Amino acid sequence: MSEERQMDQATSPMKLTLYVAGQTPKSVAAIRNLEQICAEHMPGRYEVEVVDLRQNPQLAREHNIVAIPTLVRSLPVPVQKIIGDLSDQEKVLVHLKVEG
Amino acid sequence: MADGIAKARTGIDGFDELTLGGLPRGRPSLVCGSAGCGKTLFASTFLINGARDEGEPGIFVTFEERPVDIVDNVASLGFGLDDLIRQKLIHIEHIAIDPAELAEVGDYDLEALFLRLELAVDEIGAKRIVLDTIESLFSAFQNPAILRAEIRRLFDWLKEKGLTAVITGERGDGSLTRQGLEEYVSDCVILLDHRVSNQVSTRRLRIVKYRGTAHGTNEYPFLIGEDGFSVLPVSSLGLGHQVHDDRISTGIPDLDAMLKGGGFHRGSSVLLSGVAGSGKSSIGASFAAATCARGEKALYFSFEESEQQTVRNMRSIGIDLQPYIDSGLLVCVAARPTFYSLEMHLAVMLRQVQRVQPQLVVLDPISAFLDSGEEMEVQSMLLRMIDYLKAHGITGIFTHLAHVQGEVKTDAGLSSLMDAWILLLNRESNGEFNRELYILKARGTEHSNQVREFVMSDAGISLREPYLGENGALTGSARRFEEARLRRDEASRRAEVERLQEKVAQRRRRTQAQIEALQAELKADEIELNSIVDQEVAHRQQSDIDAMDMAASRRAGGE
Repeated sequence: MSEERQMDQATSPMKLTLYVAGQTPKSVAAIRNLEQICAEHMPGRYEVEVVDLRQNPQLAREHNIVAIPTLVRSLPVPVQKIIGDLSDQEKVLVHLKVEG
Repeated sequence: MADGIAKARTGIDGFDELTLGGLPRGRPSLVCGSAGCGKTLFASTFLINGARDEGEPGIFVTFEERPVDIVDNVASLGFGLDDLIRQKLIHIEHIAIDPAELAEVGDYDLEALFLRLELAVDEIGAKRIVLDTIESLFSAFQNPAILRAEIRRLFDWLKEKGLTAVITGERGDGSLTRQGLEEYVSDCVILLDHRVSNQVSTRRLRIVKYRGTAHGTNEYPFLIGEDGFSVLPVSSLGLGHQVHDDRISTGIPDLDAMLKGGGFHRGSSVLLSGVAGSGKSSIGASFAAATCARGEKALYFSFEESEQQTVRNMRSIGIDLQPYIDSGLLVCVAARPTFYSLEMHLAVMLRQVQRVQPQLVVLDPISAFLDSGEEMEVQSMLLRMIDYLKAHGITGIFTHLAHVQGEVKTDAGLSSLMDAWILLLNRESNGEFNRELYILKARGTEHSNQVREFVMSDAGISLREPYLGENGALTGSARRFEEARLRRDEASRRAEVERLQEKVAQRRRRTQAQIEALQAELKADEIELNSIVDQEVAHRQQSDIDAMDMAASRRAGGE
């Protein structure tokens, strides 16, 4: 616990944005998988925003999203993008550079 | 010929003619070729012309080039892409994918791409779309199965939306495109080729496939010039040329006089061949000057001299071209044949003809091309040129430098392409060169087959009839010599006659004098005779008197 609190003070929360398109199976799976990963490995140290591009397609242009689902870690830099339904937890963690 | 497929005009010179209307409307067309062969320019032109001239807004989806670069690239062509973007007639959608920052975990699709495209299309009501180049997706995403499925879905989506699409693809080894895009695009496939031969580059376009349309399957040269993309105009398939009855003057009255009707038919092709310095260019320029003097436009293509050189040279024989150039009636275009490929030359020339719309075109000299190209190619190029000119009723004057004097068979069988052939010879005799002109043929016109002496002076060009003697036609100083000899002969005969006349007169005078002398003698004799007779009479009279006296004296004394 103290370790985590130390970590809390040392690292600011990870900012994650998940871009989905409506309620397609991949989108739903990605949301679910992400929630699981965050809860298990980085409780309290993340901010997740889910953007439905069906509702706001112009955001796809603005943020340069091509694939669905796309997970963007905007903080900490550098920006990292992961595409896919995030079904492989290990890989996600590696790419997000989270000590698992 | 009615065609079932609806087409979207590309506005690219020559291409719409080739395809009988343009690209298939509402379908995707594939334009493939190696790097730098003009795919992006083709696609851009298609889009811009659609927005500007056909009222069809368009989306340019670029995967590699940045929008600002695209705008810059076409800026020099004067397309005004910026304006079109401002007016929301064109939108550039940049799909920037950096493979480095992408990680793939699990299953995905390219739905966001679809959403972006949908948004872009709806925003401006686009009817046309360019995807340049979809193959970039393959280097960005690692899962080819997903990609292929999505691309297939994309093409279905394009068709559903009724968009006329141009897809560009990079040429692959052994296949049309590296990633095999031709699988997905079955309606129209165009291949662009860029070759270098003899250090000269040529660009060619070929319609590999065009479903539902009878299309030419040949390679057609195209040009990327200052006006952008243009395909060489296709010459008419048949020989259905316009025919004109009226005549045009050559600018040389003596030459016009050699042709019945007074000049050449409008729209005919005239070959002027001769060795160096025989006067070909001068006659060509004379044609041009005569055309301008009639108020018609002339186009002079020079492959060896600059415009100023031509003007200066013509001035020395009394032809002033400068006023016509200044007024725009005469347009001079000078370019060395080795400057670009044959097709490019032809394309440039035809472009100029279309722009200037002249009634007369001079090519001086066409032999300049024979050094840079193969005979067959040159002949083919000239044939296309002649075809085009005839189809538009434009008179064509072609000068040809013959390397060997008097070679009646010209290179590449050119003479058979021409309606008329004027041969210029340099005749050497007695240490001087004289120029001679022959009209070897003039289709459809009765013409003099006699040689003429071709004389250029600062008063212009004139043709002198030769001296025809027992030794054949003589020109130049031989002619003058012969004429002088004739005059001398004439003079000496006359002198001889006079001399004989004088001789006879002299004899008559002499005889006359003799007669007078004899008559004088006769008279003198008569006088003498009269005098003797008179003396005799006088003597007898005296004798008689004396006798009587004597008798008288005797009688008196005797009794």
